Amino acid sequence: MAFLQLKSVGQTYFSKTSATTALEDITLSVNEGEFISILGPSGCGKSTLLSIIAGLLLPTVGSVMVNNQRITQPHPKIGYMLQQDYLFPWKTIEDNITIGLKLRNQYSFEHIQGAFTLLKEIGLDHTRSKYPSELSGGMRQRVALVRTLATHPKMLLLDEPFSALDYQTKLKLEDLVSSTLKEHGKTAILVTHDIGEAIAMSDTVILLSSNPGRIFRTFKIPETLRALLPFEARQHPDFSATFQQIWEELEHIEQNDNE
Amino acid sequence: MNKTIMNEKHREYLQSLKKEKRNIRFVQLLIFISFFLLWEISSVKGWINPLLFSSPTKIWTLFLEKASDGSLYLHVIFTLGETVLGFILGTLLGTLLAALLWWSPFLSKVLDPYLVVLNAMPKVALGPILIVAIGPNFGSIIAMGILISIIITTLVVYTAFQNVDANYVKVIRSFGGNKKQCFKEVILPACFPNIISSLKVNVGLSWVGVIVGEFLVSKQGLGYMIIYGFQVFNFTLVLMSLLIIAIMATVMYQGVELLERKLIKHRS
Repeated sequence: MAFLQLKSVGQTYFSKTSATTALEDITLSVNEGEFISILGPSGCGKSTLLSIIAGLLLPTVGSVMVNNQRITQPHPKIGYMLQQDYLFPWKTIEDNITIGLKLRNQYSFEHIQGAFTLLKEIGLDHTRSKYPSELSGGMRQRVALVRTLATHPKMLLLDEPFSALDYQTKLKLEDLVSSTLKEHGKTAILVTHDIGEAIAMSDTVILLSSNPGRIFRTFKIPETLRALLPFEARQHPDFSATFQQIWEELEHIEQNDNE
Repeated sequence: MNKTIMNEKHREYLQSLKKEKRNIRFVQLLIFISFFLLWEISSVKGWINPLLFSSPTKIWTLFLEKASDGSLYLHVIFTLGETVLGFILGTLLGTLLAALLWWSPFLSKVLDPYLVVLNAMPKVALGPILIVAIGPNFGSIIAMGILISIIITTLVVYTAFQNVDANYVKVIRSFGGNKKQCFKEVILPACFPNIISSLKVNVGLSWVGVIVGEFLVSKQGLGYMIIYGFQVFNFTLVLMSLLIIAIMATVMYQGVELLERKLIKHRS
């Protein structure tokens, strides 16, 4: 039984002068423990799709089911990580990582300790009483990951979480996020426009076409790459072959767009 | 060797900073002393009308006299209390109103033109109406102090509320937070710097409101002393009140600045 199911989801934005269809007929299912990447050119509605799965946005048509239950508001078992860390600058790291527990009414000693353990695992135990402004970009994004994981979501939605970081930090963080998620047995959906990142991190890559966003193709990542950490996967011979394949498909999308 | 040169250069740099600061302080003090000295001399020599412009020594003598018989103390406390109450209530109510507008976009759209009109209108012109409505007392002076600052506070704080990065709200909502929690955890704390800076503006505005209020109704306070001094043609009294107001307004402003530095220490 799939953990998450989308049934012909579509999203149309209305304005005074026009109705713009951002997404059309998105049907997909995600099994527990799976890591899926959604790849596509900018403006293909990737982030919109993530907002819909997060329950922040109701789709114009279609439905989103988690464990066969329809989502109409943010689900406690789904965590959301944004493009930038968006840590609250007026709260300490400690208060930042426990905010989710507070809002989810899980503010118990046990859960708070759990959040602190996660912070320790990620190597930032010493920052507990610091403020976000005292941390580097990479550290802040790691804290944001702890904040998302603290409420024990089953599935994580990652909205280009590494795009604001420098390349080196990004590669390191990919490894960290990938191993942390695997270790805790999380399901994940990553939205990105970085082909390499999508291949290195996920089990399945879904290609979206733009205007409106539709599922163009689905790639299964070879087993050889899946077993490796993202950094190692990038060195593997299968990596460039898969990269080439996806690259060509993206070219196709562009051509279709231009016609 | 390199290190000693760097240390030397650094010391020179620090010294130049110190020197500049000293020069600034010196010129500031010079202006201050020359102003009062010139005032005193021109008054004694009759270059300016001593009846109208008084002189620093006369003001000081009057100040000591009023201070020793305790009457000054009462006036100052009275006005100070009204002003503090006026600007705190003005800021609080303004923020509350802004919160209401944030809560209900419909209300904010409805009230928009009214706020623009109210903001453009000179609030002190409402003085006579206030006095008749509330009565010639403490209440109408406070009301004046509030009225003069509330609308501008509402507009400034509401704009700040609207400009909070929507992604912070998204974080709260993704954890299932409701509108109230979004406000409490994000909107309000994110806008603290704006609220404090409107507090700074309101310190000045509130003084205007209270002094005008006292002109109109009071039997007490610094505004009353100014009006009284004017009526009996005692301009020494008028100028003394003015100087006290200037000093107290400055102290209050500095106080708010101190609060600001403490509260928003960690924001980059």
